[in-house]
Amino acid sequence: MSTVAETKIKLTPEHNARPGASVRSRLQDALPKIVLAPSFAATVIFVYGFILWTIYLSFTNSKTFPSYAITGPRAYQRLWRWTFESDPPSSWYTSITNMGIFGFLYIFICLALGLFLAILLDQKIRGEGVLRPIYLYPMALSFIVTGVAWKWFLDPGLGLEQTLHQWGWTSFHFDWIKNKDFVIYTVVIAGVWQASGFIMAMFLAGLRGIDGEIMKAAQIDGATTFQLYRRIVIPLLRPVFLSAFIVLAHLAIKSYDLVVALTSGGPGGSAWLPSNFMYEFTFKRNEMAVGSASAVIMLMTITAIIVPYLYSELRERPR
Amino acid sequence: MSAVTSPAREVSTGIRARTVNRIVIYGLLALFALFYLMPLFVMLVTSFKTMDEIQNGNMLALPQSPTLEPWFKAWGETCVGLTCAGIKGYFWNSIKMVVPAVLISTLLGALNGYVLTKWRFRGHTLVFGLMLFACFIPFQSVLLPMATILGSLGRFGVTLQNSTGFSFGLGNPTVNLVFVHVVYGLGFTTLFFRNYYEAFPTELIKAAQVDGASFFQIFRRIMLPNSMPIFVVTVIYQFTNIWNDFLFASAYAGTGDAMPMTVALNNVVNTSTGVVEYNVNMAAAMIAALPTLLVYVVAGRYFVRGLMAGAVKG
Repeated sequence: MSTVAETKIKLTPEHNARPGASVRSRLQDALPKIVLAPSFAATVIFVYGFILWTIYLSFTNSKTFPSYAITGPRAYQRLWRWTFESDPPSSWYTSITNMGIFGFLYIFICLALGLFLAILLDQKIRGEGVLRPIYLYPMALSFIVTGVAWKWFLDPGLGLEQTLHQWGWTSFHFDWIKNKDFVIYTVVIAGVWQASGFIMAMFLAGLRGIDGEIMKAAQIDGATTFQLYRRIVIPLLRPVFLSAFIVLAHLAIKSYDLVVALTSGGPGGSAWLPSNFMYEFTFKRNEMAVGSASAVIMLMTITAIIVPYLYSELRERPR
Repeated sequence: MSAVTSPAREVSTGIRARTVNRIVIYGLLALFALFYLMPLFVMLVTSFKTMDEIQNGNMLALPQSPTLEPWFKAWGETCVGLTCAGIKGYFWNSIKMVVPAVLISTLLGALNGYVLTKWRFRGHTLVFGLMLFACFIPFQSVLLPMATILGSLGRFGVTLQNSTGFSFGLGNPTVNLVFVHVVYGLGFTTLFFRNYYEAFPTELIKAAQVDGASFFQIFRRIMLPNSMPIFVVTVIYQFTNIWNDFLFASAYAGTGDAMPMTVALNNVVNTSTGVVEYNVNMAAAMIAALPTLLVYVVAGRYFVRGLMAGAVKG
């Protein structure tokens, strides 16, 4: 496809005819790039330049203030050592273990619940217009508000436990939010509550995009509803699974505010994710190099997930 | 005989099975609706209760003597850290930050999308790819350098203030946050507009060029009037993201009078002086949530479309 810019040069005869106008028309030709340049420059400097800067800092021994003498990969060595320090757990060990638990459960439950709700809603439901926004609205709330709401709801003295006690179920016990071994699961609950409705909407859009003829043909062939979904619909939803996975993985690794608002980091930092580790070590514990190293590790993890995806998405459609 | 009755029975059991099926489906859907509504419901009723009722009553019970007191208190009196003037100032901080950040990033996104689809040059995919990847980086990886730069700019602003009497906004936390949100929002806004303009007929642009329309004339007269839906989507997306941001807000305006709503709310809830006033906390949380909820209620369709566009790349 020839670009508009190329065509334009051919179309404007005065481009070469009038020498006085040539500067102006050359400016006109460069204008698109001039318009794009500030945004692109900002991206290059403030994203890629800053990433390099962070990587650089992670190889120094910066503490409270940045120091620019390279001292080697000491920060990474410390993180590596902490990775195996499980008894008592180092904060890094806690953070990455939590990341594993949270990431897996959050993504898995959101996908399962989202798909399940989407299939239910796709059964020609009356009142779908009412239900869909109800499932989806949490996505409009911030992690902070979500955290505050669930903190109240899960508080043993005020929320669910107290309510069930008043209703007569006095043996009911639910104090995960105050329990260092279980607090991370409360983050999963709140996270799933917030994002699963959105995943539902993604699946629903996918379901609505499936050709009705295929479904009809399968039904005529005598497929049960279960078979229909297992063998035909779910395989057809593969692209949606991929997109949803990317969104969720990305949200999971970036989650920071939810842990802060819901648990304030949990008892003894037991609810930390790597994002909390990074923030605490960089800004509060004066271990800037270690904080930077943990940020680099987070970035690498996301890159490993996102880059192949973006690459295939940008290549797939030849233009 | 049996040959006649059995299909009939089959039909009737079929109908019964279908009915049971429907009941199960509606039951499940209702159950999940409860799950999603519960926290909001609890937050809402708690914010209208007196402290007495909260301590002695049931979390799920409706307020017996509904009072707006907690809302007024959250708005105008509650303590954020050591300052006890309510959250109203922080609410306005957020507004002052969100409005320019959304407008600037959206407008730049529109221009970028226009260039990247209708004025392509060699390497446009690379440029777009680099901007797109920027959407996904964990902001932790740029947090510290940005803090350093903003700190230096702030000191420079003080120097300017002393020498010229005007700091040009340097060092102002709100200005800083606007800048940060514009820079890190550009990837998404560019993505939205690029995908939208991709489908826009290039013939129209060419025809306008033949008629001698310039780059900006085409943008203003042809692209903009046809971009209303994507403008709404982008504005809503950016508004929600920036209003709800906590990481940048706490890193660059985490203390003092300039903190945005999310940071203030977190401080209100975690202020440990005196009795914890849960009703006031919940009212404050509701106030923090209202703008984005309102947008969702008014323009839910666009809200979802924006999220989808952000999810499905390329």
